[in-house]
Amino acid sequence: MIALGGATGLILAAFQDNVTYFYGPSDLHAQTAMVGTRLIRLGGLVTPGSVRHDATGAIQFTVGDGKTEIPVHYRGILPDLFREGQGIIAEGRINANGIFTATTILAKHDETYMPPEVADALKRAGTWRGEPQDKSAGPKQ
Amino acid sequence: MTITFHHFANPTRALRVAKALLPFSLAAMSVFLGWGLWLALYASPPDYQQGEAVRIMYVHVPAAWMALFVYVVVAAGSISFLIWRHPLGELIAEAAAPIGACFTALALVTGSLWGQPMWGTWWVWDARLTSVLILFFLYLGYMGLRNAFDDPVKGGRAASLLAIIGTINLPIIKFSVDWWNTLHQPASVMRLGGPTIHPDMLWPLLIMAAGFKFYFLSVGIIRLRNQVAVRRLQTLSILSASPSSRGAVRLSSVAPFFAMGGYAFYVWPAYGVTFGMLAILFATSVVAMRRHETAVRRLPSAQNAS
Repeated sequence: MIALGGATGLILAAFQDNVTYFYGPSDLHAQTAMVGTRLIRLGGLVTPGSVRHDATGAIQFTVGDGKTEIPVHYRGILPDLFREGQGIIAEGRINANGIFTATTILAKHDETYMPPEVADALKRAGTWRGEPQDKSAGPKQ
Repeated sequence: MTITFHHFANPTRALRVAKALLPFSLAAMSVFLGWGLWLALYASPPDYQQGEAVRIMYVHVPAAWMALFVYVVVAAGSISFLIWRHPLGELIAEAAAPIGACFTALALVTGSLWGQPMWGTWWVWDARLTSVLILFFLYLGYMGLRNAFDDPVKGGRAASLLAIIGTINLPIIKFSVDWWNTLHQPASVMRLGGPTIHPDMLWPLLIMAAGFKFYFLSVGIIRLRNQVAVRRLQTLSILSASPSSRGAVRLSSVAPFFAMGGYAFYVWPAYGVTFGMLAILFATSVVAMRRHETAVRRLPSAQNAS
């Protein structure tokens, strides 16, 4: 059992960096080594009011975590859950100007499930705790 | 003689208890699955974000819970077999493993059908999805290793060891969503601070989960009976080869019910594949048990008693 526990610990430590599926905006901001041709994933909340569709069908918005915001450019199909305030993961590359060009957008959803009427009632009563907080943005529980 | 756990470790005695339990387990399974289906597909509300697609949760989450639970059963049986040499432990592990593999496959397939409309992808290599895929391979490895040796005793030992080592994967699956950034969301029900799921959606989930538990108990007993019959036939050298058995906006009318708010293409296949696979596993388990128990009964009584 001790050997198994030790092995698990070592494997987990080794995986810590590689298993992370995406980076938050602040992580990405701090690591200039990410700039360039490497395919990376950026996860965070779509900043409310930042989504712009242009005439050619391209979309621009910023992804933030409360501290840092990264502008994202994308052209393609958006998942049904994509909306302002939603947690998303963008897969693509970041350039030296800090602009992230995404090739894929995935929507994250949180662990809260409720009927629409309940969500409306919470909003009316003022007890709504905002759009779901993404893990990369919200405080760690 | 005192009645202890070891008392029931005798396969013949355990089998008698299991046989008596089966009708009740089958009845409970039918009630909970029927009630659960009605709640899950019809009487529960859509989600404020996910709409009707949330209904996939009621098959996906119980299947994923059972994938982990059955693995614990397989590992516990393997431990009792390797350490205390309980033949019943091995029989239970062997009977449970294909059911666990089936639940794991269902969790992966229904998750994929849920991921496409909600996340925008069928599959990603994040920590949760990858660790559950590894669980599926552990089940397959367990079943394969068992038959990989000419000597079934050796195969049983190797497979049991694999099952025990594989338990490392269980906490990794459970906590993967907390330890690493994943696309998969964290736990909604089994978490500190209580469920983050509305009672109208939690109840269908728990009732469906109870149905899945009784399905496992019922098919587990059927497969165990088959296993015992096969062993008896094998010891009497009648069966030379290994047998095949191893191996609150409510929907108001019919049309929108089938349309599932535009998610019909994902919701219905999720339920179809779940109940289809569960029915196939159920039927093949019953057929194998019937065949081998009949073969045992046809043996000359002198041999049967030995």
